[in-house]
Amino acid sequence: MKTQEITGPVMDAINRVPAPDQFYTRILQVLLSIWRAMTSSRKVAAGSAIVGVFVLVGLFGPLFMHYEPEATSNLFIAHPSAEHWLGTTVVGQDIFSQLINGTRTSVFWGLGTGVLVTLLSMVVGLVGGYFGGWVDDVLTLLTNVSLVLPALPLAIVLAAYFPRGPLTISLVIIFTNWAWQARVLRAQTLSTRSREFVTAARASGEHTWRIIFYEIFPNEIGIVVAGFVSTTIYVVLTWAALEFLGLGDGTIPSWGSILYWAQQAGALGGGLWWWFVPPGVCIALLGAGLSLINFGIDEIADPRLRKEPNPQKARKAAA
Amino acid sequence: MTTNGTFQGDSKGRPYHRATHPLLEVKNLNVDYLAASGTVHAVTDVNFSLRRGEILGLAGESGSGKSTLAYAITRLLRPPAMITGGEIRYYPREKGETLLSVDAISKDSPGEDLITMGAIQEDARGGDAEGEDANNPVPIEGNGRSIDLLQLSPAKLRKIRWNDLAIVFQSAMNALNPVMSIGAQITDVLRAHRPSMGADSRKQRAIELLKLVGIAPDRLRSYPHELSGGMRQRAIIAIALALSPEILIMDEPTTALDVVVQREILTEIIRLREKLNFAVIFITHDLSLLLELADNVAIMYAGRIVEQASNRDLYLHPRHPYSYGLLNSFPALRGPLRRMSGIPGSPPDLRSVPPGCAFHPRCPFAFDACHKVLPVLQPVQSEDSSQMVACHLYNPTYNAEPPTTSDLAKKYEALAEGSATR
Amino acid sequence: MNDLNMTIENSHTEYVAAPILEAQHLRKLFPLHSMNPLGQKTAVHAVEDASLALRPGRATALVGESGSGKTTVARLLAGLYTPTSGSIQFRGEPARLSNSRRLRAYRRHVQLILQDPFSSLNPVHDVRYHLARPLRIYGHARNKRQETEQILSLLNRVNLSPAEQFISKFPHQLSGGQRQRVSIARALSVQPEVLLADEPVSMLDVSIRLDILNLMLRLKDEEHLAVLFITHDIATARYFAEDTLVMYAGQMVEGGPGDKVIQEPAHPYTRLLISAAPDPTRLSPENNGKIADLPARGEIPSLITPPTGCRFHPRCPHAMEVCRQRFPRRTELGNGRWTNCFLYGDGEASSEGKLSTNIIDQDR
Repeated sequence: MKTQEITGPVMDAINRVPAPDQFYTRILQVLLSIWRAMTSSRKVAAGSAIVGVFVLVGLFGPLFMHYEPEATSNLFIAHPSAEHWLGTTVVGQDIFSQLINGTRTSVFWGLGTGVLVTLLSMVVGLVGGYFGGWVDDVLTLLTNVSLVLPALPLAIVLAAYFPRGPLTISLVIIFTNWAWQARVLRAQTLSTRSREFVTAARASGEHTWRIIFYEIFPNEIGIVVAGFVSTTIYVVLTWAALEFLGLGDGTIPSWGSILYWAQQAGALGGGLWWWFVPPGVCIALLGAGLSLINFGIDEIADPRLRKEPNPQKARKAAA
Repeated sequence: MTTNGTFQGDSKGRPYHRATHPLLEVKNLNVDYLAASGTVHAVTDVNFSLRRGEILGLAGESGSGKSTLAYAITRLLRPPAMITGGEIRYYPREKGETLLSVDAISKDSPGEDLITMGAIQEDARGGDAEGEDANNPVPIEGNGRSIDLLQLSPAKLRKIRWNDLAIVFQSAMNALNPVMSIGAQITDVLRAHRPSMGADSRKQRAIELLKLVGIAPDRLRSYPHELSGGMRQRAIIAIALALSPEILIMDEPTTALDVVVQREILTEIIRLREKLNFAVIFITHDLSLLLELADNVAIMYAGRIVEQASNRDLYLHPRHPYSYGLLNSFPALRGPLRRMSGIPGSPPDLRSVPPGCAFHPRCPFAFDACHKVLPVLQPVQSEDSSQMVACHLYNPTYNAEPPTTSDLAKKYEALAEGSATR
Repeated sequence: MNDLNMTIENSHTEYVAAPILEAQHLRKLFPLHSMNPLGQKTAVHAVEDASLALRPGRATALVGESGSGKTTVARLLAGLYTPTSGSIQFRGEPARLSNSRRLRAYRRHVQLILQDPFSSLNPVHDVRYHLARPLRIYGHARNKRQETEQILSLLNRVNLSPAEQFISKFPHQLSGGQRQRVSIARALSVQPEVLLADEPVSMLDVSIRLDILNLMLRLKDEEHLAVLFITHDIATARYFAEDTLVMYAGQMVEGGPGDKVIQEPAHPYTRLLISAAPDPTRLSPENNGKIADLPARGEIPSLITPPTGCRFHPRCPHAMEVCRQRFPRRTELGNGRWTNCFLYGDGEASSEGKLSTNIIDQDR
């Protein structure tokens, strides 16, 4: 086609084309579709609500703390009461404040680490799956080795060895947990790579990196999101486990560290349920919320898992 | 190779009396898919009948409902698909009604009675229909008692299935169990339906069946993946014929196969039909194939039958504009080369079928009545053949002069010219 | 084109131009990895010795069944596979497809259309994206307005009107025929000289196939494209293409101007193919004859351990000792027809005479 003057009728046609949306409209559309996805399935809605509550508490909770979490007092091991909603620790610290304070660390470090694990596994999976050959062989070897090593024991060893702190724990968890999703994503990439639209893109002359990120990856977003959710569950649990074992920095608050101090003070044996039950419940609830989202995503992604509408009802409606 | 619609007889050329009743009669069958978003009418008001030994072809494109119809007859539909109306009358062979002499009944299956009406007996219908037809085979007409397949309880349906009615699916690889040898799959069928057969006689029967469809008996222990595509399809046919059914429904059995293998399978089907005298409902989108194979052809569009005729009648003078267009969509292997057009537009989405005649948006002959009134399948006047068409062009109420085939031809040629100059 | 009685023969380009894309003696083996490193190295011998020439404005049909290697030939010509041996020339120059830059330069001229309309478009991208990418890659459009203008123009050319409505649709909102038109538009957007169409209508509804074929014919004439039309349906090949090539189990066995190959097939395999094809004209009153029994039985051989020599010899009713030993050289049969069959000679040019004494007429 020779370049020609853009004359009247052609200009009209161009003007009739709906304009590609402005940036903020697109953002709104994305948010709207997320909202629709969240509310379409009861499971996802419930799970999102739970996770949402924790995120909100993490963000705004500290505004509602009555006491300084670190502040000791004279009221040792007090039962839950009007002043201390969840009672106090062995040195008189308000457990409720500690819980809220810890929520921030647990939730955000947990989510953040989940994101990083997902990113790492994405890169490994996509690159290995698309390129094949020796690149894939090397990456697969690394993946398999990482899968074979027992995650939690290795995490314990590494966390004990390196300087304490949430960063260490985060890195340790990333190091021991990236392999599973990488493997899943590699398999999915292998499958997507052989689909005809990828061949068509190659035959069109598309660049390799664009094929990976614009043709293959958008088809795998569902799996990546599902992987992120399940990874984060594991991250949160592992984090709590490591903290509980005392491998975290005890001074930085988190649910796990509350459990650690509770254990140190003999709360479990001593029946001080208000100390160790709340953090445990929080961990379990967050895990449950994420799991519900996970199930819900499966349902949305695979229509066959959705509950079929009752045929009797449908027939009555049609009649 | 095919009966031309007038002569009916067995492979030796001996005529048999046309029974007064057909083998299968489908009346006003309706199948709907009930989705939360609305009801989709997959099959609407389908009527046809099938005679013993006849090959009926069902032709149509996507959305025509032909596969749904096949599954409905065998009652293999699952929710959300539901049969919402009609009946399917099956006329089983009466006691004593046989096309072969009594001696031909296999000794493997002693004491098996023929199915009688009303109560399906414990034992299935017996008598392997193949074998020596030594003495004078004379069919005895039954008195036409029938069973409605749609009303059968699951237990009784199970007796009919495979004994009388077998189905061959499109992809053999999907229908065959990949972890069982084909011999095992045949004997599995025999074990399920002929409990009195011993292991040895089952094996013998399996070998017979393989030989019948042209597979060497040494492949009895082969797994499906070890067989080629054509052989797998033959294996499926062997399994379908295991109990000598009366009706064989074949849903696009050769679509996935190459042309040469397809021709071999079809030749096989015709040969087996002449030998065993079962009826076939052959479903495909390939109308050119159907014309060579089938005795009668029914063309479906958007869930309804729009034309029904013998293969010759349909080829020589298709009446419905869709039939003509469909025939005209297959480039000819011989004859003059000319520009052809298919049919403009595309098959309708069954969720939004056009009102009146579903074909009217694409029909070069559409007029007023076509948008509003649904045409009914009626015999074409002026011919005394059994050709039936659902089109207002042939309804004197709406159109005085029905078009001839050359009228149809001219209109479509004009379309072709139009697309050439576009 | 406007003449009511014009047959397709006349509209075919009679002038035989120089070939724009040629391939000689293409061979492709796909090695199979076995568990045993010491064992025999096996391979799928997908294409054995394929040679062809595509000319501007002419359509060539490559006919064969599954396992014939026709799809592999298309992908070799599209640069998706590297030939094990043999050469490809574009405009007389050897096509060097070694690195991605060269490949892209080659693909500017040679485009591929795939069979399955349901999977050849990426479900997450709309029509605009699919058509815009090639325009951008090859620099046909440098800004949004040019892009939109050209996309609209392309959509109109493939009869997707009104184009403004189609531009923002996603593949799942389009029917099979519409998707295939988008694929054709995508190939056209590159402004190629050669179009390789791998069974472009096999997965479409029967009544819309001709529409797509007619579209491709029109585009071929308007753009003076060289088209390679791959199909298993010999009747469609006859309708669409001027030249026909027949392949069997990776070997090319016959070729020539379309209709002649089909009406008077020389190679035993071609005869088999034609007699097996559905032909309702047998029903017409003047052709009340019986269909001859298939002149050969059996199925396509395995390509891992293919038969030696001519791969058709196990099924051929006229097989000779030499057929098993080596693959026959191409024998010219006159008028542009050729075949690789010892029944007609072994490489020498033959006169019309050999064809008229058609040896195979015996099996009628």
